[in-house]
Amino acid sequence: MNALLDGLAALGRGAFAACRFAGALTLFALAGVSHLLRPPFHLRAFLRAFVEFAYFSLPVVALTAVFTGMVLALQSSTGLSRFSAESAMPNLVVLSITRELGPVLAGLMVAGRVGAAMAAEIGTMRVTDQIDALTTLSTNPMKYLVAPRLLAGLLALPLLVLVADILGVLGGFIIATVSLGFNRAIYLENTFNYMTTQDVVSGLTKAAVFGFVIALLGCYHGYRSRGGAQGVGAATTSAVVGASILILAFDYVLTELFFAR
Amino acid sequence: MSGATPKIRLRGLRKAFGAKQVLDGVDLDVPSGTSMVVIGGSGSGKSVLIKCILGLIEPDEGTIEIDGRDVMRLPRTERTALRAEIGMLFQNGALFDSLPVWENVAFGLMARRNVARGAARTHAEGVLAQVGLAASVGGLWPAELSGGMQKRVGLARAIAAQPAILFFDEPTTGLDPIMGAVIDGLIVDCVKRLGSTAVAITHDMASARRIGDAAAMLHGGRIVWSGPAARLMDSGNPLVDQFTHGRREGPIQMALRG
Repeated sequence: MNALLDGLAALGRGAFAACRFAGALTLFALAGVSHLLRPPFHLRAFLRAFVEFAYFSLPVVALTAVFTGMVLALQSSTGLSRFSAESAMPNLVVLSITRELGPVLAGLMVAGRVGAAMAAEIGTMRVTDQIDALTTLSTNPMKYLVAPRLLAGLLALPLLVLVADILGVLGGFIIATVSLGFNRAIYLENTFNYMTTQDVVSGLTKAAVFGFVIALLGCYHGYRSRGGAQGVGAATTSAVVGASILILAFDYVLTELFFAR
Repeated sequence: MSGATPKIRLRGLRKAFGAKQVLDGVDLDVPSGTSMVVIGGSGSGKSVLIKCILGLIEPDEGTIEIDGRDVMRLPRTERTALRAEIGMLFQNGALFDSLPVWENVAFGLMARRNVARGAARTHAEGVLAQVGLAASVGGLWPAELSGGMQKRVGLARAIAAQPAILFFDEPTTGLDPIMGAVIDGLIVDCVKRLGSTAVAITHDMASARRIGDAAAMLHGGRIVWSGPAARLMDSGNPLVDQFTHGRREGPIQMALRG
């Protein structure tokens, strides 16, 4: 009986902790967004965050997209050949890349790279009193540190995913035409004929949400980090793990919204 | 004390973290133009006290008045305006890693007064000269500076906007005695030149005597003694005497044992 009560108590504590986290994260996000809408605006801080988010993430996202497109072409060729449906491969590749793999894989890669860096930078600022110093210099840390990063995440990831879409399809095209003997013109024709605006727009919308989530989790965990180097390390881990899980959860929710009939 | 309104007046300030009562009814007056040094042991709540005055920590009870105005009752905009009158030198410098030295120094000017970057850099180089640093240091990054240089840059940042009130959190911690004396000298020069009111917290007695006109000791969450800084070494208060002479035996140790 005691073991059962202990188990229930642990479950209750976990549920309360999850609710507290969700509430605190929501309030933090609302505070960050509210600072995006009220002057003063820190344009230089935004540009710095945008370049870090978009430009420096480009190589890792590009490589991920190209290899994913190549693997997708190889795997789908094997699977589709069992039904003599190889001609559907361009359609399968472009749909998979634009709707799912482009935004999700780019989001996960950027969460590991940028989300971790944001949490570490803001966390270090917290434990070395730099955030307090901002306040004493009449600068609201939410406005200077958080709001520009949220905006950068919201705008930068769709751009990265657009590049990932193109390179992913290119990866599939290379494998299909070089290794699998597809005719180049027919492959491209099939790709563009089957691709719809909604495929691309849904992927870019997902990317905007994922970018916001990555920046939010990075800022939130960094801002609340405590206890020196160990605290900053824990904040970094929480930011990456939290963002990755939320990306996958939001991917499901957004897919339901866009495509459930 | 005269009848004049003190620059800073604390009454009944209390702050607890969980079960630990860090500040337990602090009363303190800092007259305008005075350099007040608050001494106390490690963990006695000196940093919490200064953060409460700065508005970085919300006290549980009590009042904080600056120029006779209760800062905790001020609207947010007036509080922000009041902060523009305050400069702070943090214990570890707290320089912004992502900005070069000149931008650190001019940060407050650019944020508060929208000074253009060119003019702000010129001003920053002038302030760096006041703390004995060459203009070329302005182009360096905080990570490229020694501990003493970081303190100087932190001091330059604190005085850049010519604040009416200056706070110093352990200004000589981590510095060798000579560099400590240099920093203290710069602090005294800056405070006199600006005519500011200063509050410094420290447990470095040499530094306390160099910086302070007046002194107070924080112990057990309260101010247990206040008087002229020149009397620190012979205050007649057993708590202060034990602390300033660094004696192992005495009421502070007794209190710890109790």
